[in-house]
Amino acid sequence: MTDPKLVNLTIEGRAVSVPDGTTILEAAKTAGVLIPHYCYHPGLEIAGVCRMCLVEVEKWPKLAPSCATTAADGQVVHVYSQKALDARKGVLELLLINHPLDCPICDQAGECELQDYTFQEGRADSRYREPKRFTPAEDFGGDVMYVTNRCILCTRCVRFMGDVAGDEALCVEERGDRARIGIAPDHDLTHPWAANVIDLCPVGALVSKDFLNKARAWELDRTASICPNCSQGCNITLETRDADVVRMKPRSNADVNQYYLCDEGRLNYQWINRDDRLETPVVAGQLASWEAALSAAGAALKGGAAHVVASASLSNEALWLLKQAAGTGKFRVTKGAEAPLPGVKDLALRADRAPNATGAERLGFSRADQPLAGAGKVVVIAGDDCDGLDTAALAAAQSVIVVGTVAPKGLPANAILLPVANFAEEEGTFTNLRGRTQRFLQARPAPGLARASWMALAGLVAAAGKAGAYDSAEAVFAAMAKSEAAFSGMSYDSLGLKGQMAAGAGVNA
Amino acid sequence: MGYPHKSHPRETPILSKYFGDPEARTLEGWKVRGGYKALPMALATDPVAIQNIVKESGLRGRGGAGFPTGLKWSFMKIGDGKPHYLCCNADESEPGTFKDREIMRWTPHQLIEGCAITAHAIGAETTYIYIRGEFTEPIAIMEKALDEARAAGVIGPNACGSGKTINMWVHRGAGAYICGEETALMNSIEGRRGNPRIKPPFPAVAGVFGMPTTVNNVETLAAVPHILNNGAEWYKAMCLGSPKSTGSKLFSVCGNVARPGNYEVPMGFPFKDFLYDLCGGPLPGRKFKAIIPGGSSVPVITIEEAEQVKMDYEGFMEFGTMLGSGGVIIFDDAQSMPRQLARLARFYAHESCAQCTQCREGTAWMTKILERIVAGQGTYEDLDTIFELTENMTGKTICVLSDSCGAPVCSGITRFRGEFEALISGKRSSTVAVPA
Repeated sequence: MTDPKLVNLTIEGRAVSVPDGTTILEAAKTAGVLIPHYCYHPGLEIAGVCRMCLVEVEKWPKLAPSCATTAADGQVVHVYSQKALDARKGVLELLLINHPLDCPICDQAGECELQDYTFQEGRADSRYREPKRFTPAEDFGGDVMYVTNRCILCTRCVRFMGDVAGDEALCVEERGDRARIGIAPDHDLTHPWAANVIDLCPVGALVSKDFLNKARAWELDRTASICPNCSQGCNITLETRDADVVRMKPRSNADVNQYYLCDEGRLNYQWINRDDRLETPVVAGQLASWEAALSAAGAALKGGAAHVVASASLSNEALWLLKQAAGTGKFRVTKGAEAPLPGVKDLALRADRAPNATGAERLGFSRADQPLAGAGKVVVIAGDDCDGLDTAALAAAQSVIVVGTVAPKGLPANAILLPVANFAEEEGTFTNLRGRTQRFLQARPAPGLARASWMALAGLVAAAGKAGAYDSAEAVFAAMAKSEAAFSGMSYDSLGLKGQMAAGAGVNA
Repeated sequence: MGYPHKSHPRETPILSKYFGDPEARTLEGWKVRGGYKALPMALATDPVAIQNIVKESGLRGRGGAGFPTGLKWSFMKIGDGKPHYLCCNADESEPGTFKDREIMRWTPHQLIEGCAITAHAIGAETTYIYIRGEFTEPIAIMEKALDEARAAGVIGPNACGSGKTINMWVHRGAGAYICGEETALMNSIEGRRGNPRIKPPFPAVAGVFGMPTTVNNVETLAAVPHILNNGAEWYKAMCLGSPKSTGSKLFSVCGNVARPGNYEVPMGFPFKDFLYDLCGGPLPGRKFKAIIPGGSSVPVITIEEAEQVKMDYEGFMEFGTMLGSGGVIIFDDAQSMPRQLARLARFYAHESCAQCTQCREGTAWMTKILERIVAGQGTYEDLDTIFELTENMTGKTICVLSDSCGAPVCSGITRFRGEFEALISGKRSSTVAVPA
C-alpha cells in the first residue's frame, strides 16, 4: 500500500498535515479543534445542510461548510474568526427559534449538542417574538419516539436508515419550517438496528422509549465495556445510575462496530441488575464463608476427574482458571437469528447469543447441546444456570460445585455454591467471533460476598492444590498469555480499549 | 409582445416572432417559418466549433444567473466515455416570469431544435426537458411536438439522417419552486426529493445520474438555432448597452401596468422607453412606484432608478439589482410595499426545501416579522432584525433561495423605509386608498 498524499494547511494557526481528500472538519480534529456541527457524522454520507460548521478560509469570498470542503495545500482556516463566529451564532439563533426550551424535561439535556454549542457560541437571548411552531410527538415504532418540536432537521436519521440500514423508512416531509421527519407508509423503526438513530440524533428529537424520563445524563457514570449479548463483540459504554445499568450505548470501534449497536443488544441489559442473586457461598444448603466453601470445593475436586460445564458468557480469564482448577469441558450457546447492518462490513447481530464462544473454544472448551450429558462423580458448573438441562445426572454425582451469579434449579442438597460477579461487575476479556480479544471494565459492584469470577476461580485453583496465585484480572491474563498460544503476546496494555487480534490473524473484526 | 397583441414596432421579435400563430406549432409549419435549418447543419459540424460560435455570440444564461453559455458547454469533456446529459430547465417558477411558457406554448419546435443542437454540442444523447407541473398546456404541446419530431426522424436514433442519436423526453415537475435550481432539478429527474445538492461537484462533472450534465434555460436554448443560422456577429450586434450583454431578451411584464405581457428587446434597451412606450405606462390616474426587474428574487428599485436603467446584465447591476430571469414586476403608487414584500417573503418561506437552517427557519421568521409589521404590530427593532437576519441568510447556504428572500425585502426597506415606519408608528394602515 502506498502512503496517501498529504496536504498541508493551517487551522487556527496550527500546521496540519492530513491525507488528501480529508475534509476541513476532520483535519481540524487533528489540530485539536472541534468545529461545531450537526448534520455531519463520520459514519454517514455528507449532507452539508445544517450550515453550523461554517469556517473562514482565507481568500475565499464565502464561508465554507467545513464538513463538505476538502482540505487543500496552503489553506489558512479560521474557525473562531468574527465572521465565522457570527455565522454560527446566526445558525444557533435560527435553530432555536422553533426549538422548545424544554431542556428540564428532555432526556437529551446534558448530552445535547444544541445545548453545548449554544452555551459555547450562541446568543444569550433570542430576538424571536413570534409564537413557536408546534407539532405533536410521534411514536416511530421500535424503541424510537420522535419529539417533532425539538427536531433540527439534520437528517442524520434519514441517512442512517437509508444508506446504512438499507431501509428507507424515514424521509423529510413538507418544506420550509413545516418540515419534519416523516415515516414512510407501512414502515416503522423495528429494523434490528433502527435505535441507532437515537444516538445519532444530536438533539432530543429522537429519544428512547426504554430510557424515557429514567435518568438525567449528568447523573450517569460511564464505563467502557463489551456488549455481552452476541458474539460480534460490539464496543459499548455501560451507563449506570447509582449502581444500576440504565442504558447501553455503542462506543466507536472502527474494526468492530463503527458507531453502532443493534437494538437487541442495547435493550437486553435489565438482567444485569437482577436482584435475586447468589450473594453468599453455600455448602450443602448452609451459608458458608469463602474459606469454608473453597476448601470444601477443593476437597471435592481432589475426589476424582471433574465434568465441567462452562459458559460462553464467562471471561477468558475465568475460563482459563476453570481449566486450571478442573480441566476443560463443555458449553452451550443460545442461538438466534442473524441480523446484519448492510452499510457496515462484517457487522451483524450474530447467531451465537453469547460474547465469548470463540474464547472458550480457543481455551479448549467445546460446544454441546447437553453439556451435562456423561457427567461423572464430580461436576463443576461455571456460569451456566442449568435451565433445560437433564439434571438427573446431577443427582447421581457425589459433589457438585457451582460458580455462578444465581443458584440453578435442580441441584442436589450437598452442592457447593460460589457466588460470582457478572460481566458488568468485574474486569475481563471476551474474544469475538473474528478472534478479537477485547477488555471490559467494572461498572457496578457485585452483590453481597460475590467475588469477581477470576478471583473465585483463582481461589478454586489454590484449593484444588494447583499451581498459581493471582491478585488481579490483569495478572491472570498475563499468565494465560504465557501459556495459551491464542493469547500469546497480548496484555491488558496492548489490548487497550479497542482490542487486539491473535498474532497471525487477519486485521478485520 | 406578440400574442394576444401585435408586436410593438420597437421590439426585436426573434424568439417571439411567431407567438400567437398556431401553425408555427406544427413541424411543417415550423419548417415553413425557417425552422430546422440549423440542426442538420449543426449535426455535421464539430461540437467544439458550435461551442465556439456560441461563445463568440456572447449568449448568456437567460434563467437568471447570466453565465456565458458557450463557456458552460465547454466544461463538458467530449469523448470522455461517459454518457452526457442535457437538461432543459423549463421549470419557470420565478414569480413574475412567464417567457418560457410562451416559447413552449407557441414555438415548441424552436426549443426542440435548440435542445438538439446543444445536445450535439455537449456530446449528449439524452435531453430531459423539465417542465413545471402546472404548465399543463405547454406540456401537452411539447409532447405533441416531440412525437412529431421523432416520427419525422428529426430527433431519435438517427437524427436528421446524421447517424447521431438525440433522444429527448419531457419530465413533468410536481410543483416545487426549488426544482428550478439546477441541482434540485437533477435530483427531481432522478426521482429524489427536489433538494439542491452541494457544489462541488458541479453538474458538468457529476450531474444527473452522476454523469456530466449541462442545464440550460428554455430561452437560452431557443436562441441557439438563430445564432447558428445568422452567425455570432449578427447576434452580438444586438447590443445597445454593455458589450458583455448581447442578443435579444424576452421580458415578462406584470403588475400595475397598462399592457402586461412578453416583450422582446435587444440587450441594453432603455428601461424608461420600455416601461412607458412598449408597456403603455401606468394605469390611468396612477404612477409607477417601484419595480422588481428580474423576477421576484432580485432587489426592488424605485421608478426613479428604473428610468435610468439600460436593460442588460450590467445595466441593472449598476442600480444594485439584477436582470435575473427578466420578469418585470411593477408596483404603482396604490400599492403598499410592506404588504407586497411580506407576500413575497411568504412565497419563499413556503418554497424553502428545508435543508439549510438559515433558509428553513430564516424565511419563515422573516415572513412572520413582515406580516406582523403589516398588521400594525411592528417595532422599529424589527427592521434592524430583518437586516441582521438577511445578513445571516445570505451567502451561507447550499443554493440562493435564502438570499433571494432577503434581497427584495431589504432593498424594499432601504428604499421605502417611510412606508414601513408609517405602519410601525400606526400612522397608516397597509391598505393604501387608491387615489381618485
